[in-house]
Amino acid sequence: MADEIKKEAPQKFKVTIDNISIEVDPGTTILQAARMIGGDVTPPAMCYYTPLQGSGGKCRTCLVEVSKGSEKDPRPMPKLVASCRTTVMDGMEVKNITSDRVLNARAGVVEFLLLNHPLDCPICDQAGECHLQDLSYEHGKAGTRYEFKKRTFKPHNLGPYIQLHMTRCILCYRCVFTADQVTNKRQHGVLDRGDHAQIATYIEKSLDNDFIGNVIDVCPVGALTDKTFRFKNRVWFTKPVDAHRNCDKCCGKVTLWRRGDEVLRVTARKDQWGEIQSYDGKTGWICNECRFEKKNVSDWVIEGPTAVPRHSVIGVNHYQRLEQPKETIPAVIGRQPKLLMDIHEVSDVNQPGVDLSKIPGPATGAVFNQKHLGNGKKEQE
Amino acid sequence: MSPDDVVEEVKKSGLRGRGGAGFPTGMKWSFLAKPEGVPRHLIVNADESEPGTFKDRYLMEHIPHLLIEGIIVASYALGSNTSFIYIRGEYAWIVDILEQAIQEARNNGFLGKNILNSGFDCDIHVQRGAGAYICGEETALLESLEGKRGNPRIKPPFPAVKGAWDRPTVVNNVESISAVVPIINLGGEEYAKIGVGKSTGTKLISACGNINKPGVYEIDMTISVEEFIYSDEYCGGIPNGKRLKACIPGGSSVPILPANLLLKTAKGEQRMMNYESLSDGGFQTGSMMGSGGFIVFDEDQCIVKHTYTLARFYRHESCGQCSPCREGTGWMEKLLWRLENGQGKMSDIDLLWEIQSKIEGNTICPLGDAAAWPVAAAIRHFRDEFEWHVTHAEEAQVRNFGLAHYADPIQPIPA
Ligand SMILES: Cc1cc2nc3c(=O)[nH]c(=O)nc-3n(C[C@H](O)[C@H](O)[C@H](O)COP(=O)(O)O)c2cc1C
Ligand code: SF4
Ligand code: SF4
Ligand code: FES
Repeated sequence: MADEIKKEAPQKFKVTIDNISIEVDPGTTILQAARMIGGDVTPPAMCYYTPLQGSGGKCRTCLVEVSKGSEKDPRPMPKLVASCRTTVMDGMEVKNITSDRVLNARAGVVEFLLLNHPLDCPICDQAGECHLQDLSYEHGKAGTRYEFKKRTFKPHNLGPYIQLHMTRCILCYRCVFTADQVTNKRQHGVLDRGDHAQIATYIEKSLDNDFIGNVIDVCPVGALTDKTFRFKNRVWFTKPVDAHRNCDKCCGKVTLWRRGDEVLRVTARKDQWGEIQSYDGKTGWICNECRFEKKNVSDWVIEGPTAVPRHSVIGVNHYQRLEQPKETIPAVIGRQPKLLMDIHEVSDVNQPGVDLSKIPGPATGAVFNQKHLGNGKKEQE
Repeated sequence: MSPDDVVEEVKKSGLRGRGGAGFPTGMKWSFLAKPEGVPRHLIVNADESEPGTFKDRYLMEHIPHLLIEGIIVASYALGSNTSFIYIRGEYAWIVDILEQAIQEARNNGFLGKNILNSGFDCDIHVQRGAGAYICGEETALLESLEGKRGNPRIKPPFPAVKGAWDRPTVVNNVESISAVVPIINLGGEEYAKIGVGKSTGTKLISACGNINKPGVYEIDMTISVEEFIYSDEYCGGIPNGKRLKACIPGGSSVPILPANLLLKTAKGEQRMMNYESLSDGGFQTGSMMGSGGFIVFDEDQCIVKHTYTLARFYRHESCGQCSPCREGTGWMEKLLWRLENGQGKMSDIDLLWEIQSKIEGNTICPLGDAAAWPVAAAIRHFRDEFEWHVTHAEEAQVRNFGLAHYADPIQPIPA
C-alpha cells in the first residue's frame, strides 16, 4: 500500500505544435499529439496507420519542423522529421502549418506522389474516400511539371474479392503490414525496387485469408478495391450506417453502405483519421464473411447512421434520422401527384427492381440490360 | 587487454569509419548497448556497391587474414561471439577466399571456442548479398541479413541498441575493421600520429577515370590532391597530356568538384587528401572523403552525361520506400536523359535543381541525399554545360555517347 502511495503520478510531456500546447504521455509521437489537438495542426499521413505496428515513416507527407528539441536540449532539429515516427520530448516545439519549410516539402511530396499516380478520379472507386485526393486538394498544385509517361502496370487479379490496380498504388506498405499482422499467412508483398517496385503476389496468387479483406480498408488510394462493390455506385450516393452481427471470427461491428434498402458494401468502421476503430483496446478488423458475404439488411442489427466528418463528401448525404420524411404533396393537394413521366421508362439506371448488390461484377450501363438481369420486367435488345 | 582497453585504444587512434560517413569508430563502439544475457553482433559491411569504390575488395582478396584478425579483435572488444561479413553478391570468388582464410584461422585456434585459452569464443559467418546497392546502408544490410527485403530501417532505434535480430549490433566497413590490427599493434596514440588532424591513420583510395595509373592506393592523408593526381607514385597524371576538368573524390554520391576547387580550398589553400580539407566549405566549395572512390574527369568528359549515368544508377537502386526518393530519382533521370540527348529545355535545369532540393534531407536513409548531391553539384559548378545541351541541341544529339539505347522509352517533349 505504502508503495502505491509513494508512486509518482506518471510524468507528462508538454509539447507545443503550431503554438498550441498539450500534455501527453511519454512515448507519444508528434503525429498522435497533433491528432489529440486536432484540426489544422494535424499533419496528413498517407503511410502511417495506428493499428499497424511498424507502419509510417515512408511517404514523408507528415514531415514537420522541430524548432525546439526539448526543455533540456532546446536545439532545433536540423532536418524535417517524420512526425508519425518521432516521439515527443518534454518542452518540444513543433511547427507544422506555421513552417514554410514544411509546407514547401509537403508540396514536393504531393507532387512526387502524383507523378505516377493516374488522375482517374472520375472512374476510380476510391473517389470521395481517397486520402491522396484530399492531400492534393489541400497541399498540391493545380498543374504538373511532369512531362513523361506515367508508370503503368498490368492489372493484377487477386482472387474473387479483391482487385489490385497497381498503377494507382503509392507504395505505402499498409496492405503488406496488414496482411503480415492481421491474416494468418501473408501472400503478397513488394517486388522490385525504386519506382519500378510493385505490390504483387509473386505468382499471380489470389488473396484468400480470412481477414485479407482488410487490405481494402487500409489502402489510402484506389489500388485495392472490393470486387463486390466496384463500379456499383459512388460512395457519396450511399448512406453509411453502423451495424453489427454475431460473428465468431471477428468483432462483427461494421459500417453498411446502403442505397435504399440494399447493402452495397460492408467495411470496418473508421475513425476521423480514416483508420479502423478500436473497441476495448482491440482493433476492429472484420472477417471476409462479414465483409463480402453478408449483403442483406436482415443479416445485421442496425445501430444508426455513421457519424461522418462534415468535410467529407460522404457528408453530403448525412442525415440523423432513419425514418422517411413525410410526403407533403398529398397533404397539400389532397391526393397523390399524377405521374407524368416515369424516369425508368427512359433510363434503366436505378431501376427500383434492380438489386445492385446482387449483380455479379460491376454495375455499368451494360449490366442494366434486362436480359442479363433477367428480372422479367422488360426484354431489351 | 580487456575488451574496454581495446575500445579505448581504438578511440585514441582517432580512426574514422571508412565506409563513407566517417563516423569515429571508437565512439561508435562505446555506444553499443550491453544488456544482460542478450547476444551482440559485429557485422562487417563488405557490400561495396558505391560506383567508383573498389578498395575493400582489394583488402579481402589479397590480405583476408588482416580482416579476419580485425574481426576477432573487434568482436572481443564488443563481446560478439557470432560475427558476420555481409559481402556483395558479385564478389563470389572473394567469398571462397574468405571462407578458406576463416577455416585456416579456425584450424589454428584463432577462431571458435576458447580462442588461445582466453575464454573468448568467436565465429565468423560470411553472408552473400544479392547485389543491391541499398543493402550497403547499414540498416538495410541488417534487414537483408535477417532474410528480409533490404529496406532501410527508420532510426532511432540505432543498431547499437536494436540491430540484427533486435540485438545490439555494430556495423563497420571492411577497411575500418582491418585498421584495428595496426591500431592494436602500434597502440592508439602511435596510430593517431599517422595522418593529420582528425584524419588519422592511412586511407585506401580507389582511383579511376582519366588517370594514367588507376588502382588502389594507401595514403596517409597528408598529401595534396594535386600530388595524388599528378605524381608518379600515385595516379601518374592524366593520359595524353589532357587537362583536368573535375573529380569526384569520394565515391559517386559525393559532390563533384571542378578543377579549380579541387586543387584549392575555399580559403585558397592547397586541398589535401583528408576528411577536413575535402569537405571544406560544405557543398558550396567542398566535397567529401566518402568511401575514397576517386573518379577523375579530363577536359573531354561531358558532365551532363556522367550526371545522367549516376542518376540512372540511383533511380535503379532506390529501395522505393520513401516517395521523394522513389519518384524523384526517376524524374531526375528522365530529365537528365532528355538534356543529355539534346531534347531538353532551359527550364529543365531549374526543375532538376528543384527536384533534388525536395529529395535532399527529406528521406529515410542517405540514399536520397546521395542521389540529390551529384545533381546539385553538377548544376552548381557546370551549369553552362547543361545550358550548352539546350542551346546546341543538334550537336548534343549527334555527339551521341551511345546512351540512347539505355534510356527508357520516353515520350517526346510536347510542343
Ligand atoms: C546507400 C548507402 C550505401 C552504402 N554502402 C556501403 C557499403 O557498400 N559499404 C560500407 O562499408 N558502407 C556503406 N554505407 C555506409 C553504411 O551505412 C555505414 O555507415 C558503414 O558501413 C559504417 O561503417 P564505418 O563506420 O566503418 O564507416 C552505405 C550507406 C548508404 C546510405
Ligand atoms: S496497394 Fe494500397 S495499401 Fe498497398 S501499398 Fe499500394 S497504396 Fe498502399
Ligand atoms: S531514401 Fe531511397 S533508398 Fe533510402 S529508404 Fe528512402 S526510398 Fe529507400
Ligand atoms: S505518415 Fe509519416 S511518413 Fe507517411
